[in-house]
Amino acid sequence: MKVLVIAEHDNGKLAGATLNAVTAAQAFGAPVHVLVAGHDTAAVAGEAAGLAGVAEIIAVDAAHYRDQSAENLAVLVADVVRGEGFTGVVAGGTSFGKNLAPRTAALLDVAPVSDVVSIAGAGRYVRPVYAGNVMVTVESDEAIQVITVRTTAFAAAPSGGAAGVRERAPAADLGVSRLLGRELSKSERPELAAARVVVSGGRGLGSGEKYREVLEPLADRLGAALGASRAAVDAGYVPNDYQVGQTGKIVAPDLYVAVGISGAIQHLAGMKDSKVIVAINKDPDAPIFQVADFGLVGDLFEAVPQLADGLAAG
Amino acid sequence: MKILVPVKRVVDYNVKVRVKSDRSGVELAGVKMAINPFDEISVEEAVRLKEAGIATEVVAVSCGSAASQETLRTALAMGADRAILVETDAELQPLAVGKLLKAVADREQPQLVICGKQAIDDDANQTGQILAALMGWAQATFASKLCVEGETLRVTREVDGGLETLELKLPAVVTSDLRLNEPRYATLPNIMKAKKKPLDVIPAADLGVDIAPRLRHSQYSEPPVRKAGIKVADVADLIARLRNDAKVI
Ligand SMILES: Cc1cc2nc3c(=O)[nH]c(=O)nc-3n(C[C@H](O)[C@H](O)[C@H](O)COP(=O)(O)OP(=O)(O)OC[C@H]3O[C@@H](n4cnc5c(N)ncnc54)[C@H](O)[C@@H]3O)c2cc1C
Ligand SMILES: Nc1ncnc2c1ncn2[C@@H]1O[C@H](COP(=O)(O)O)[C@@H](O)[C@H]1O
Repeated sequence: MKVLVIAEHDNGKLAGATLNAVTAAQAFGAPVHVLVAGHDTAAVAGEAAGLAGVAEIIAVDAAHYRDQSAENLAVLVADVVRGEGFTGVVAGGTSFGKNLAPRTAALLDVAPVSDVVSIAGAGRYVRPVYAGNVMVTVESDEAIQVITVRTTAFAAAPSGGAAGVRERAPAADLGVSRLLGRELSKSERPELAAARVVVSGGRGLGSGEKYREVLEPLADRLGAALGASRAAVDAGYVPNDYQVGQTGKIVAPDLYVAVGISGAIQHLAGMKDSKVIVAINKDPDAPIFQVADFGLVGDLFEAVPQLADGLAAG
Repeated sequence: MKILVPVKRVVDYNVKVRVKSDRSGVELAGVKMAINPFDEISVEEAVRLKEAGIATEVVAVSCGSAASQETLRTALAMGADRAILVETDAELQPLAVGKLLKAVADREQPQLVICGKQAIDDDANQTGQILAALMGWAQATFASKLCVEGETLRVTREVDGGLETLELKLPAVVTSDLRLNEPRYATLPNIMKAKKKPLDVIPAADLGVDIAPRLRHSQYSEPPVRKAGIKVADVADLIARLRNDAKVI
């Protein structure tokens, strides 16, 4: 077997999810190669080459890979896989990986497996279904295994490698889609999916102003990333990339603080693997308390500032 | 422009499913079923495009057992013009659904297919991308805004870092995210009208594609339940416990 990890990056920097994907790929017990396709991505290839356990970097540079369109990348990955005899393809279970992996698998006529949380060898996986209420063991005899992996289920690959970088010619530009622009949230805070502490707010916050006024001081104290329920995102308190849950981001921090969130199963799906869960809610019967290690029943507008102050006092 | 909207019949999102005692699957007997919530959003979007004079026809299609007719009637009641059931009692996995949908798209020649981003039962998030690949079409997954401009489509996508806007050549496949729109409720008169709208049934075997499952789901289980925690007395108590018991701050 020979495994290809698809690097996720912005042409300048490798995304954290790729480090998790490299660790997951090791579970196949076969050499792990990393494909870095983009434009002017020497720095990214260098970063990937420095990861422990990576055998080789395959670098493909062309203007039509700059924006990472699934159409062009899928054709390239399928070409590399067929041309070089790869039998495994691994990508992080991020919006990038979810967009690309199934398209690639279809070009290879194999069934992809999404959101894998454990790998017991090639073709034997466990993944969540039904919003994480059920885990299923999946067995696949496909000649080429194409999977995305849940990043929180695999540690980040450490550095310490010194793989070579080999350049490869690009595949054709299909020219069927074009990036017009990106509006990426800028934040000084840690990345939500990988943060050690997450403070999340729900509809109970009442407005975007209140969300920021109440939660930011607490997040500052804890060095936390900020997250949200779907209700808070739908109501426009915060941008979409804050959403935690079945259809948002999956997080598993050491500490998750849920503020004014009721705890619908779709929300729990995204955070119930956190080490310690704190819930602050005025409704003692809110389902969030069933998964919280420490529940505080009370008005969040009083409790959260007190908590932030209490932490400041040391 | 003709729009094809694939809709899946799934366990209602309010139901907490249980694994069967022999672990061979989940208990579906007597469980409330519904149209996949993302597919409801897709139907809404297609119907709005029709109401705006951009789409000429909205065709809902479902692959599965005869019971999926119910799901198609929901789509018709929301405003789809007609429906197609690709009928089979066999287990369908996303690659097979993608192939069946391709066969339907080859017949129907839509300019746009709007899938859901994911089915809330298998949580696969694959079918739209698979269909787009098989058709050789452009794709825009996780759409929160969609606008047709002549021969092109402008789609805003929800990605991990925020939003991104793409311009796609038509025909194309879009997958809908939660914030694309808020689906309407079907009114009683529209539910009645939907009963008379055309619903064609095509046996899956007639489409001549290989739909045999490629993956085996050998064992289902429920994840370990978190053990219930405690309610703290006040904020000071919470801080003390986080420091001394949990040692996370
Ligand atoms: C297909 C589908 C996918 C979904 N995906 C997701 C997902 O990925 N993520 C997600 O989060 N949701 C998701 N949802 C939505 C989910 O079902 C819930 O509707 C949502 O999580 C509710 O958000 P909430 O807890 O903020 O709001 P509510 O359920 O309205 O809860 C608000 C809570 O705030 C408390 N509160 C109010 N005021 C105060 C106060 N002053 N002090 C303390 N507490 C207060 C209330 O007691 C209540 O418990 C999805 C739904 C569907 C159908
Ligand atoms: N059996 C099916 N019939 C019709 N559409 C389907 C079916 N399965 C999946 N789809 C479509 O593909 C989307 C994504 O499903 P999935 O890839 O299973 O998560 C759904 O929201 C539907 O639009």
